[in-house]
Amino acid sequence: MYTTNASRGLPRHRSRYPAERYTRWALRGLVAVLVLALLWLVLAFHLHGQPIFALLFLVLGAALGIVFTRRRLMSHRYIFPAVAGMALFVIFPLLYTIGISFSNYSSSNLLSEERVRAQLLSRTYQEESATFGFQLYSSDEGVRLYLEREGAPTGAGEREAEVEEALEGVSRFTTGPMSLAQGEGRHVSIQPAPGEPAGEPMSLREVIASRAALQNLVLVTPEGLELRMAGLRHFAPMLDRFEARDDGSLYDRRDDRLLIADRETGFFVTDEGERITPGWPVAVGLDNYARIFLDPDIRGPFVQIFVWTFAFAGLTVLFTLMVGFVLASLLQWDQLRGKALYRTLLILPYAVPAFISILIFKGMFNQHFGEINLILDALFGIRPDWFTDPWLARTMLLIVNTWLGYPYMLLLCMGLIQSIPRDLYEASAVDGGGPLTNLFRITLPLIIKPLTPLLIACFAFNFNNFVLIALLTGGNPDILGASTPAGTTDLLVSYTYRIAFQDAGQNFGLAAAIATLIFVLVAGLALLNLRLAKVRV
Amino acid sequence: MAMVQPRTLRWRKLAAHLSLCGFLVLILFPLLLVISISFREGNFASGSLIPENFSLEHWSLALGIPWERADGSVVQPPFPVLLWLWNSIKVALVSSLLIVLLSTTSAYAFARMRFAGKGPILKGMLIFQMFPAVLSLVALYALFDRLGQFVGWLGINTHGALIVASLGAVALHIWTIKGYFESIDGSLEEAAMVDGASTWQAFRYILLPLSRPILMVVFILAFVMSIMEYPMASVLLVDEHKLTLAVGAQQYLADHNQRWGNFAAAAVLSGLPITVAFLVCQRWIIGGLTAGGVKG
Repeated sequence: MYTTNASRGLPRHRSRYPAERYTRWALRGLVAVLVLALLWLVLAFHLHGQPIFALLFLVLGAALGIVFTRRRLMSHRYIFPAVAGMALFVIFPLLYTIGISFSNYSSSNLLSEERVRAQLLSRTYQEESATFGFQLYSSDEGVRLYLEREGAPTGAGEREAEVEEALEGVSRFTTGPMSLAQGEGRHVSIQPAPGEPAGEPMSLREVIASRAALQNLVLVTPEGLELRMAGLRHFAPMLDRFEARDDGSLYDRRDDRLLIADRETGFFVTDEGERITPGWPVAVGLDNYARIFLDPDIRGPFVQIFVWTFAFAGLTVLFTLMVGFVLASLLQWDQLRGKALYRTLLILPYAVPAFISILIFKGMFNQHFGEINLILDALFGIRPDWFTDPWLARTMLLIVNTWLGYPYMLLLCMGLIQSIPRDLYEASAVDGGGPLTNLFRITLPLIIKPLTPLLIACFAFNFNNFVLIALLTGGNPDILGASTPAGTTDLLVSYTYRIAFQDAGQNFGLAAAIATLIFVLVAGLALLNLRLAKVRV
Repeated sequence: MAMVQPRTLRWRKLAAHLSLCGFLVLILFPLLLVISISFREGNFASGSLIPENFSLEHWSLALGIPWERADGSVVQPPFPVLLWLWNSIKVALVSSLLIVLLSTTSAYAFARMRFAGKGPILKGMLIFQMFPAVLSLVALYALFDRLGQFVGWLGINTHGALIVASLGAVALHIWTIKGYFESIDGSLEEAAMVDGASTWQAFRYILLPLSRPILMVVFILAFVMSIMEYPMASVLLVDEHKLTLAVGAQQYLADHNQRWGNFAAAAVLSGLPITVAFLVCQRWIIGGLTAGGVKG
């Protein structure tokens, strides 16, 4: 093979052409800018406590810098963008998914521990013992808020004493005149009032009308106690609910209990073991895998879906191959006229975008209005429940997928049959061989070997045929008694997708564990394929 | 031409034609049906294949023009189909241009240069190619969610994210182009370099003009694949006006409210150009698809 200077690592001389010299400098500048941009991202991720993503972009930036400065790696510059694209959007997500599978990452364990702590510390609660009834008085200058104490001190609790102290025994407050039209989170100071202001209080209907504005108000007493709206007729002091202790635990003031950060489960827990949500993701080892194989509510549906996935992919390959092969054998017949037209019409299902044809079938199979049931009803008087009966739904999927997939097999078989030497059939005809003899003694043995890797690729594709399931049945009808969203027509991929994105719990950890199992299966198929296809590099 | 022919040839030919035609009717029925429905009145499936009550209502709505019924009521288009189509085309155009750019330069290196790690990288690409993106969606979502905090146009609900994410799927195209490059004799470039051309010049002025057909094929393939991409777009895009056609089209057939007629018009409108493009370029596309052993 002929090789270029670059790959031999020969020095590249200063170009004679100014234009080329400038281009080189421009390229160097571009690389420098890219490296700087990546380093900025690394820094940003690092400062936001995302070490994994910081590391990812550090590796990417470093690789970029090295490949584009070392002369020895000249050839690698050509492949770098594509390899980087694959690394970033295929390999990194793969590794990240495997990483998630060992954690309890889910919608309840989403934020980092610091963010969870900050969120809990920002929570407030109402001190019930010191509620104030309120009235609105409108005047020319604006609206006045008048508060009168309702709740009586019960004398218990540390916080209550604090509130009493801040109130200093005053039980009536009023604000100055103000407008209720203004924006959010306003702090308004209130003063002790001698008695009710003059004039008629506004009706409840008017109070309701300005509810949104009132909810945004924070009333501050001279001692700094903050009151917020606690109902249509009440204001009450809002206190910080949690207090950080030095040992990292949180003290719950409302319920008078201590919360301790449990780094095994990723939650703050009380002495009784109650978990406070939200939690943060922590490593849980093989828990997710253990759940798949040991928890009967997950294992049952999982095994069912697993078997169906294999059956679906296997049967699809079988049916499409059968249809495709028969058609290809017909179309390669010399005596047949109009082959080009037949061919074009036969591959039409392949030319229509899949997302459209799948939806067409969804409409046609509709149990009440669909054409298929109309025709079946007219001919045989039956109306099958295509979408609610598990076996009929599976049959429908296979019918639709055969329709979608046979043109590919037809094209493959046509290509392979055409490459068989004609003399073989001539010799067979001389010896009196019929079509069946030709099929089993000549055609099949000769095409099966080059076809096998393509069939495996097709199997792997249908094994992961997410689009068909998502658009046609969405996995329905559901498997009864499953603790995760699992359908009788779900494939492993769509099952994973539903656990991660459709379930209320969004259990990313469990979904990632199942995804990892599929990765292993797909990797096995890919390696087998590579070996059978004898890929020459 | 076969020399030895059986006597029953005429009957067998007739039987072949008949069975092929019967099969074609069965296969093409859904496609003809949808075209017919798009011209029918109402959103229910009834009536014959040739519409009795011919109406352009669905087509008008699919093109985004409000339709005035005979009784005077005006129907507004339910979904912005043309906008979705435009989004799809925009994303597909940019991403397939980028894919052609990246895979051509890589394929050149793989076909013409010798360097460390060439074999393993090529094989690794083939293996990783088989992992479906659906399974890594959680990770991809997390990646773009975080990236979006710092780089706005790469966040969730942007077309930038969708375009960039499609760059992961270049392996198939690299293999296709590499195969073509290897079929071109290297002596032309060698001659150019003896005359003083640089590596880049040999690539740019000799090899690229010769391989224009395969680049067209890869571009069309990448374009069709991008138009049909569903899982990634369904997770990354949120707002209705940002959706691509593949994600948006299914909203017509929601479980409780089937807009069968409207869907038919939108499906024909958006599917027909893609189908025609596919059929026109079928020779090249099929070559590329069967060579890679991966269905689009």
